[in-house]
Amino acid sequence: MTPIIELQNVSHIYSAGTPFEHAALQDVSVSIAPGEFVGLIGHTGSGKSTLIQHMNGLLKPTSGQVLFDGRDIWSDAKFTRQTRFKVGLVFQYPEYQLFEETVYKDIAFGPKNMGLSDDEIRARVYRAAGFVGIDKENMEKSPFDLSGGQKRRVAIAGVIAMEPDVLILDEPTAGLDPVGRQSILQNIRDYQRSQNAAVIMVSHSMEEIASNVDRLIVMDHGALAMTGSPEEVFSHAAELVALGLNVPRVTQVFMQLEKLGADVDSSVFTVEQGAQQLLSMLKGGGRDA
Amino acid sequence: MLKDITLGQFFPGTTVIHKLDPRTKLVWVILYIVALFLAKWFVSYALVLVTLAAVIAASKIQLKVILRGMKPLLFIILLTAVLNLFYSQGDVLVQFWIFRITRQGVMNAIFMMLRITMLVTGTFMLTYTTSPIALTDGLESLLGPLKKLHVPVHELAMMMCIALRFIPTLIEETDKIMSAQKARGADFESGNIIARAKAMVPILVPLFISAFRRADELATAMECRCYHGGEGRTRLHQLRYAGRDYAAYALGLVLVAGVVALRVCGL
Repeated sequence: MTPIIELQNVSHIYSAGTPFEHAALQDVSVSIAPGEFVGLIGHTGSGKSTLIQHMNGLLKPTSGQVLFDGRDIWSDAKFTRQTRFKVGLVFQYPEYQLFEETVYKDIAFGPKNMGLSDDEIRARVYRAAGFVGIDKENMEKSPFDLSGGQKRRVAIAGVIAMEPDVLILDEPTAGLDPVGRQSILQNIRDYQRSQNAAVIMVSHSMEEIASNVDRLIVMDHGALAMTGSPEEVFSHAAELVALGLNVPRVTQVFMQLEKLGADVDSSVFTVEQGAQQLLSMLKGGGRDA
Repeated sequence: MLKDITLGQFFPGTTVIHKLDPRTKLVWVILYIVALFLAKWFVSYALVLVTLAAVIAASKIQLKVILRGMKPLLFIILLTAVLNLFYSQGDVLVQFWIFRITRQGVMNAIFMMLRITMLVTGTFMLTYTTSPIALTDGLESLLGPLKKLHVPVHELAMMMCIALRFIPTLIEETDKIMSAQKARGADFESGNIIARAKAMVPILVPLFISAFRRADELATAMECRCYHGGEGRTRLHQLRYAGRDYAAYALGLVLVAGVVALRVCGL
């Protein structure tokens, strides 16, 4: 299968030729398959944000290539703009980019830029609002009158309304309460399933990553440090800690249990898996899965 | 990218120019400008130019950076040169149709270009080598005597300090908002003037909102730390003149004296 997005040996240097010059990405190669849910982790300043801005053509690589569906997105200007509609990017704190008078108009900004018909725009805006759980009666309100969590939803809907094949989110749950976090993650999963879209999520919460993603990409100092399934990546706890990251708390608990001599498997990374392990251990079966 | 604008930016360093007292540098810029405007002929311009080159060399600021900072001003410089070229009276060199180029016109154009370029570069050197905080401290100290006349010097200096401090922040913010709207397909590059002006709305609205939010947060943070104006405030870093500052003052006066002397001689 052709990867939906492929980065080949991409490097990016900021402010080249000034005293502030620094290489944010060094020879990064990544490929994302259609429909895949990928988690992107790395400490602050490891190049995550720079990486995702290359995926929809907001940043041009200093060297290397970015392919969308097998085609170089910088091959012509029209295709670069098209890619921005097909690869939706939700920035950190996206509520700060709201500007329209009504929620409806703000969500419609993306589809309108795509040059769609009014009927199609209307249909998409309501579909997108449905995905993120915005009520119909809120559609004519000013986005600035909504609560922080609701604003975030409107901003995410603004990107979802373009119905991209790839949805990239930079810390979509930062600063939300636990219930809000869970429901936004659910909205993202709903969108992924119904559209068979690939999702790339940047997060600092190992728990969120562990319970949502199929694959993990770990970045460090502008380069790929690790990639693999959550099981694979979280089994390298020591390396992750050295990179300024960690494993989910439940994994930490099981590692401690293992160290204390309990007969458990420490490759547990969600609470549900942990519960199952404990249950089977209490039944006296030990490691019988 | 917007981030690459170097106008008014500070490049930290440890050279003698960086270490000079901000008051010295402020006074120096004034002396430099006076010298530049008194310069009359090539010899005096050369003297000012050599001074500028020496300062640039001593500050270790790359020429590339300065040239990039000049880029936005290229149009104004060229326009001034062209206007001077065609609208000066004097001995005619070339005449065609309604245009007439005079010898004085050519000279004026050259001097004007030199003057603007050197003026801007000279003031750039001040902001490139002085941190905004040092700059406002220097300004407040220099304008101190005006406090007697009830001029709110401290408040003005604080306002300037905050404004300077927030320029990079707001540029970064603009960059971020632009990227976010571009990700939703906003197009800032094509269309006529009206379309382009309209395209600015998705940037300006969020930018204003965030500027107000930041101002509000800053005010709260300042109040939390009991800020209540300049009365009785002490400083962590006292401004103190060193030997190099007196030397710099002397050199500044020599420069002005030199240009005046050359002007008297008609050079």
